[in-house]
Amino acid sequence: MDTLDLARWQFAITTVYHFFFVPVTISLVAITAGLQTAWYRTGKEKYLRLTKFYGKLFLINIAMGVVTGLVQEFQFGMNWSDYSRFVGDVFGAPLALEGLLAFFLESTFIGLWMFGWDRLPKLVHLGCIWMVVLGTQLSAYFILAANSWMQNPVGFRYNAARGRAELTDLWAVLTNKVVLVTYPHTIFAAFMVGGAFVAGVALWHLVRRPGVDKDVFRSALKIGASVVLVASAGVAISGDLQGKVMTEVQPMKMAAAEALYETEQPASFSVFTVGTLDGSKEIFSIKVPYLLSFLATGHFDGEVKGINSLQEAYEQLYGPGSYKPNIPLTYWTFRLMIGVGMASAAVALWLLWTTRRGRAPARWLVWLAAPLPLLPLLANTFGWIFTETGRQPWLVFGLLPTASGVSPGTTSGEVITSLVGFTALYGVLAVVETKLLLRTIRGGLAGTDGPAESPDESPDKDGTADKPLSFAY
Amino acid sequence: MELTTVWFVAIATLWTGYFVLEGFDFGVGMLYRVLGRDEPERRAAISTIGPVWDGNEVWLIMAGAATFAAFPEWYATLFSGFYLPLFAILVGLILRGVALEYRGKRDDPVWRARMDAMIVVGSVLPALLWGVAFGNIVRGVPLDADHEYVGGLGTLLNPFALLGGLTFVAVFVTHGAIFLALRTTGDLRVRANRLATRAGAVAAVLAIAFLTWAQALRGDTISAGVAVAAVVAFAGGLVANVLRREGWAFVGTTFAIGLAVVSLFVALFPDVMPSTLDPASTLTAVEAASSSYTLKAMTIITAIFFPLVLLYQGWTYWVFRKRVIVAAS
Ligand code: HDD
Ligand code: HEM
Ligand code: HEM
Repeated sequence: MDTLDLARWQFAITTVYHFFFVPVTISLVAITAGLQTAWYRTGKEKYLRLTKFYGKLFLINIAMGVVTGLVQEFQFGMNWSDYSRFVGDVFGAPLALEGLLAFFLESTFIGLWMFGWDRLPKLVHLGCIWMVVLGTQLSAYFILAANSWMQNPVGFRYNAARGRAELTDLWAVLTNKVVLVTYPHTIFAAFMVGGAFVAGVALWHLVRRPGVDKDVFRSALKIGASVVLVASAGVAISGDLQGKVMTEVQPMKMAAAEALYETEQPASFSVFTVGTLDGSKEIFSIKVPYLLSFLATGHFDGEVKGINSLQEAYEQLYGPGSYKPNIPLTYWTFRLMIGVGMASAAVALWLLWTTRRGRAPARWLVWLAAPLPLLPLLANTFGWIFTETGRQPWLVFGLLPTASGVSPGTTSGEVITSLVGFTALYGVLAVVETKLLLRTIRGGLAGTDGPAESPDESPDKDGTADKPLSFAY
Repeated sequence: MELTTVWFVAIATLWTGYFVLEGFDFGVGMLYRVLGRDEPERRAAISTIGPVWDGNEVWLIMAGAATFAAFPEWYATLFSGFYLPLFAILVGLILRGVALEYRGKRDDPVWRARMDAMIVVGSVLPALLWGVAFGNIVRGVPLDADHEYVGGLGTLLNPFALLGGLTFVAVFVTHGAIFLALRTTGDLRVRANRLATRAGAVAAVLAIAFLTWAQALRGDTISAGVAVAAVVAFAGGLVANVLRREGWAFVGTTFAIGLAVVSLFVALFPDVMPSTLDPASTLTAVEAASSSYTLKAMTIITAIFFPLVLLYQGWTYWVFRKRVIVAAS
């Protein structure tokens, strides 16, 4: 492998890893904030206990999101220095806005929320977690605006003398039509993960510890499963819109998603295919007529361009070379995103049905507790792998090929060091984090009762000393 | 002022803020294990930075992102050139961040001992390597005509840069000890106070040597003046510490670190990455900068939102201003 391939593997691994924690954070903090609001307004203790319980799980998760995000911020410069030189003028702005508007907000108010339970007035403390919610939303928006610019560059001009893209309209970058559909899709997809997590944890407790805190976990199960259902509707609607925008700005990606070699009108969608995806022959496939046409154009008889004709058109436009992404990868990740994600919605629906009006969930259902959140999480991963590899061979669509973005001076030894180092470290941390999460989940609601920490009885002679901080440490 | 100069100042401000703030939480991270004799003391010590360390670290993220946006060439050259040290810094910060958050999540001595090790390594390593990195930025590194770094790892480990690394560690230990003395009570406070004096003496010697050498390499009257002011502030902080005026001592080390970083940036300007090969390969702020549209847009947004950030970060320090006392064990 050369430096380019190594750098690509490294980017894929660290980014996919970062995105295991991001959807959980985005949704779990909002659900926790919702629970705390419910407690603030109703005064019911169960909401407070759920706030503390899921809030703790949220804190365990976000710690990983934060430290892996650090790598994201610097690796553009480390492995992709020519990319950074090319895009910095445009791409740097949303990234800096993310730091300025989102990360400061998030990190500061998390500290206040975590340690402020018995120091801040109730309403101010509640406001703190809502500020964290705001931070995660802003963070997602700005980073997705940056990514959307790579999918569909807008608001810039090419400066040939400096060999780089230069920003001409920041507003156009922030209102790129790709980010306008990507943001809701990503946020809804994140809520599927968080909702499923809340429901999965509650399900485990209801089945395994049927006597303990039953009512509280019943509420959690309902809340979580409902969130999944609502979010899955949002995901489907926004995904449909996204398909149309994508067909417009990156038709090759849509053709690759279906492994559609020849232009068709109307085009059908294959649920799955047995055989090769190189356009030569297919052994067996299940097709839904008209569906691809609808997904791509909004009309049942719309034309969908095939890979071969797009390849020809691109050769005319950009010169000789292959403009096809990895077709089997795009084909299967697109299907897995939809299939695996929607499977979790089906599970959520089933759970709501079997627990209706006080019914207890059947014992065997506990086997769904772990897959429930893992399914939408994997769907998120597949969706991103589809989006990012479907853009290949471009780093910035139509402007900068991936091969031109890699750091020219970096040696493969250096990239191997960091690739192996980060992968090993991330592997170990995954084990540590998972064990801690499971332990905390098993611990249940113990220790979450009592509205605030016990008042401090230690001596405080000069009146300036604080009590030990106990919620988190 | 030219917009490129404005952004050079902005980047310098972010790094200054980062080292002043993370400086003390690095210091606490290096010290709490030895200063705290038992678990309640250690927990109290670490609680002093619990609510704020993550917010402090965002200053680093901001320094990186703002460099990317305002000086893409600088971002590209710096982080691809200092590849391995940066990798080690990131590993350190990852270990530390996770351990700070996970340490208290299990009541188990073995677990805590592991997290303690991660926090100590994760505090020493980045402090040391940031010192090495800044030493090299000021000293200059081999860059070719495309501003690509052409040296190896060995090039970065030169005596001047290594002195920079040791200086950063010693100064942060002092800064952290003074912060602990300011924020704790009882024996812990007394021990921190004593350690600050001893560490401060070592740090002062190292800092004087490093700053003098830096001025000799690249400096003018202004940067030299600022460096002298930094040393005076540090000395003042140490005197205040001996007199047990902890607040003033902390003000002293805060100004000392801030002024020292400023003096390095003043010495660097108008270059951002000097080349030791050919002066023509030196990357200057103007060459590294983004277009004036980008700089203008960023200036407006920063002018609006940065004061807000300072306000709520300041508020956090106000909320957690009281001393943390050691829980009865
Ligand atoms: C729970 C996860 C999940 C589920 C169930 C779905 N998606 Fe999705 N999808 C994602 C999670 C996701 C994502 C968060 O991973 C992506 C990657 C990039 C993005 O914007 O969202 C994505 C990308 C993505 C793209 C690529 C956009 C681009 O590259 O420009 C399209 C066209 C769709 N999705 C369409 C759909 C449709 C029609 C769905 C089913 C009804 C669907 N998605 C379900
Ligand atoms: C929104 C912010 C994102 C930005 C700015 C971004 C940017 C990039 C860049 C610069 C590359 C390097 C080019 C390459 O390796 O080919 C890349 C590749 C990749 N990214 Fe993203 N990415 C983002 C989000 C994500 C997410 C959230 C995921 C997955 C969870 C992801 C998955 C991948 C994968 C799998 C590749 C490798 C593609 C390949 O090399 O074929 N990306 N992305
Ligand atoms: C490849 C591009 C990316 C970069 C440079 C990046 C950078 C970062 C950084 C530096 C942090 C730590 C912030 C802190 O210390 O508080 C972080 C966390 C976060 N990132 Fe990313 N990130 C990327 C991809 C994404 C994507 C695609 C999303 C969302 C759609 C996202 C959402 C978040 C959120 C919500 C957090 C805060 C909490 C958490 O991580 O769990 N990031 N990111």
